[in-house]
Amino acid sequence: MAIDTDTARRVAHLARIRVAEDDLPALATELSSVLAFMEQLSEVDTDGVEPMTAVSPMPLKRRDDVITDGDRQPDILANAPDAREGFMAVPKVVE
Amino acid sequence: MALNELTIAQARDLLAKGEVTSADLTEACLTAIESATTLNAVTTVTADKAREMAKAADARISAGDATAMTGIPLGIKDLFAVEDVPTQAASNILGGFKPRYESTVTRNLWASGAVMLGKLNMDEFAMGSSNESSAYGPAISPWREDGSDAAITPGGSSGGSAAAVAADLCLAATGTDTGGSIRQPAAFTGTVGLKPTYGRCSRWGIVAFASSLDQAGPMTKTVRDAAIMLGAMAGHDPMDSTSADLPVPDFEAALTGDIRGKKIGIPREYRVEGMSASVDTLWAEGTAKLRDAGAEVVDISLPHTKHALPTYYIIAPAEASSNLSRYDGVKYGHRATLSAGEGINDMYEKTRAEGFGPEVQRRVMLGAYVLSAGYYDAYYKKAQRVRALIKQDFEAVFADGVDAILAPATPSPAWQLGAMKSADPVEMYLQDVFTVTLNLAGLPGISVPAGLSSKGLPLGLQLIGRPFEEADLLNTAYALEQATGFSAKADKWWT
Repeated sequence: MAIDTDTARRVAHLARIRVAEDDLPALATELSSVLAFMEQLSEVDTDGVEPMTAVSPMPLKRRDDVITDGDRQPDILANAPDAREGFMAVPKVVE
Repeated sequence: MALNELTIAQARDLLAKGEVTSADLTEACLTAIESATTLNAVTTVTADKAREMAKAADARISAGDATAMTGIPLGIKDLFAVEDVPTQAASNILGGFKPRYESTVTRNLWASGAVMLGKLNMDEFAMGSSNESSAYGPAISPWREDGSDAAITPGGSSGGSAAAVAADLCLAATGTDTGGSIRQPAAFTGTVGLKPTYGRCSRWGIVAFASSLDQAGPMTKTVRDAAIMLGAMAGHDPMDSTSADLPVPDFEAALTGDIRGKKIGIPREYRVEGMSASVDTLWAEGTAKLRDAGAEVVDISLPHTKHALPTYYIIAPAEASSNLSRYDGVKYGHRATLSAGEGINDMYEKTRAEGFGPEVQRRVMLGAYVLSAGYYDAYYKKAQRVRALIKQDFEAVFADGVDAILAPATPSPAWQLGAMKSADPVEMYLQDVFTVTLNLAGLPGISVPAGLSSKGLPLGLQLIGRPFEEADLLNTAYALEQATGFSAKADKWWT
């Protein structure tokens, strides 16, 4: 399936990556070529095949629902680009 | 032989006899790293930390408390979180990030007494086959084509690890493999690269690319070293719910070199169009050598092989788009400068446009597309179904009694840096044709150096094993290593 400029714009927005309007046609062409390659899968008969959702057949481990870690506010904020008064700061979200 | 040229096994034996110290080994590696900046393999040197760790290792050896890895200087791929050491996954979006925690694999290695030399170059977020997507610029292979001084790619994504091991900047290195990122660079540099079974090594603290495919493994000079190092890296970890709660066997003890009666499968679908003649010849020679060593060679079929690449290039970007959504300019790394009036969505979009390189952007967008409403079933779910069929192909072959599968590691030798610049993305993706199948099926695989191309560049053969039977796989690889007797090294032009 070919991707048009509008779809490319939508995909860039979904991915939260800013793409300049002038670059959208090239992006659309590039994504289309990769998707054309993926179209090969349509020739595989997958009727009745369960999608593979786990690599190993083992059931996931369970553990008691208890707190095992915490009180690490300085560690968590240490790498934040803008940390103030114990919080990560972001541009105003609510008017 | 210079101390940095030793294998892990040789160094271990000399350390045990008291003939060298870890401090000596570590200094030899640090000196080699200093003289090899041209290769751009090492992105951060942790010299002080290395010297401290070497001192502690020497004390431990004197006290009679050593493991096989105690005192061994290692390089660590930039994908592994190492406490207080820059960890950037070779991406600008993680610029300045210093983790306040340690990945389980590196924690295991330090607990065994290994020494940290520094962080190694790679493709950005492990997305690439040539190291050229790195924010640090590409690592360069120590190998050159005969009669040429053009820079050659060490492969990717663990290209810095491969270059560092091949150039003797460290005794061994860690790598990660999502679609071939350990095995392909190992093949390109005449080194050994082992991708263990999915779940053998904990993924905790390794920057995530595609969580159902990622697996850490050793990159070493010999098969024996891979066996030793895997033993120190592996083990169950409650912090990774997909880590296997299985005992870690003594992999080195399995190396008898006796493969008589073993059944080796040769997959007919791996004879792909465009495979280089030297790779084809090498594969035939490797097959003959395993037969001479007493193995039974059988023709096998893995019918869904040709669909593995499109399956991989749907599943991996889909998982990447989820995993990389955490890079938002809030918690760590880069944040774009905003103009007056710009809000939080502008911050996300500008930060990610500035922080991610072109290949990462392409895959994140592709992933967002195949997961989006209306396309999820057609692409992502379809790929998951084909993935199940690919896994079943292998299960059928193993159920027929095949112990290991022999295939090339790559369709061609390494190429010159920049040679793929004008290629479209799909052309680069075709490089992974022999390696992605294992990641999709979760199987262990190892690349063993087996010969040189017509232009004098290394080529590797790949062995694929049954899940969690790395010990048996390593033994077959050991027999192949003995039979090929590969001993070529790159000329040291960079010092």
